Amino acid sequence: MLLNVSNLNCMRADKLILSNVSLSVDNGDCLILRGPNGSGKTTLLRYLAGLSGGRYNNNIAFSGHLDGVKSTLTVRENLEFWAGIYGFDQVNNVMDQLLLTSLQDRAAGDMSAGQKRRLGLARMLLTGASVWLMDEPTVSLDTATSEVIAKAIKAHCENGGAAIISTHIDLDIPRARILTITDFTAKPTDHKNLFLEGVF
Amino acid sequence: MKSLILRDLKLAFRSGGGFALTLAFFLIVVMFVPFGVGANLELLSRIAPGILWIGALLSCLLSLDRIFQLDWEDGTLEALATSPIPLSGIATAKACAHWITTGLPITIAAIPLGYLLNLPTDAYTWLIASLALGTPALSFIGAFGAAITVGIKRGGLLLSLLVLPLYIPTLMLGAQVVATGTQNPAQLLALVAAISLLSIALIPPACAIALRANLR
Repeated sequence: MLLNVSNLNCMRADKLILSNVSLSVDNGDCLILRGPNGSGKTTLLRYLAGLSGGRYNNNIAFSGHLDGVKSTLTVRENLEFWAGIYGFDQVNNVMDQLLLTSLQDRAAGDMSAGQKRRLGLARMLLTGASVWLMDEPTVSLDTATSEVIAKAIKAHCENGGAAIISTHIDLDIPRARILTITDFTAKPTDHKNLFLEGVF
Repeated sequence: MKSLILRDLKLAFRSGGGFALTLAFFLIVVMFVPFGVGANLELLSRIAPGILWIGALLSCLLSLDRIFQLDWEDGTLEALATSPIPLSGIATAKACAHWITTGLPITIAAIPLGYLLNLPTDAYTWLIASLALGTPALSFIGAFGAAITVGIKRGGLLLSLLVLPLYIPTLMLGAQVVATGTQNPAQLLALVAAISLLSIALIPPACAIALRANLR
């Protein structure tokens, strides 16, 4: 099992958002998080990534709302930086896969929002991580580019990886399971119990 | 870590990177002192160590918020926090890059500026030694302040208030090393080096805790 979480309570700004979340992903799995805005999808992904608590797996890559792109560096320089961090030297392959090769010498600051998003997501392919956590990866992307991203996710899962993705659109990934986040929305009583149990 | 240091150096030297601003500020502060004080060579010679060290400290302070803030704003910091490099390693790399782009050029620029302030010839060796050994403490202590205030918009004032008291021992000892340069102040210099070494050893884990709290 690549990632196995049970009875996880997620808090945001000292408020309990999700309670008793249990999920697991194995090699080849893709889990799609569904729920309205503010339901806790981002909060859950940040918990799973270890940004808001302990890590569940050290082989995790996280992509949030922000692209993590340096505007004064070129596309190639941005990717070479991440390749150096993860020790995964596949920059040319990744640029080919995400259609960035023709833009490689362009400063990231001169790119459109969609191109920057694609560059930000290219980092995921350089991590070599087995579990991808992606928060709204297709925001600012057109249909064709969303398909490129979906293809990269499919390839990752087919190669034995797993992905947990928060998205509002259908990425058309076979074997993808849906997790409705509102099933875990915390009730006021959950908050009270946690207090009594000495969590705070 | 090497990739992170190299990237930070690259960013610092690119347009808007802050390297030129830090150095220019140091040059301006020190070069304006003779204009303000007047052509009293004896007085300039006496205040030169303090002016050079205060100039170095303020220049360093000017660029502290850039250590983590820009990475925080564009999402790089949270991506780095989920990378295999521990947060303390990230803090060390970023403080090192900050020193290379501020402490090191300041140490080199202090040589011609010492001449401008009529610094005694014997004091030059101690000036270079004290700045070279003391400015790492400025970068590491500053990185701690930057890590604490990273989530605060326009937290420059708070950062200064947090960091300046911690800079005082380095400033006093560093300036004293140069001022007593003719009397072999090796012991004072050892204390300056000790502050830097302690900062390098203790501050990265503290930065990691502060960054982790801000990323939550």
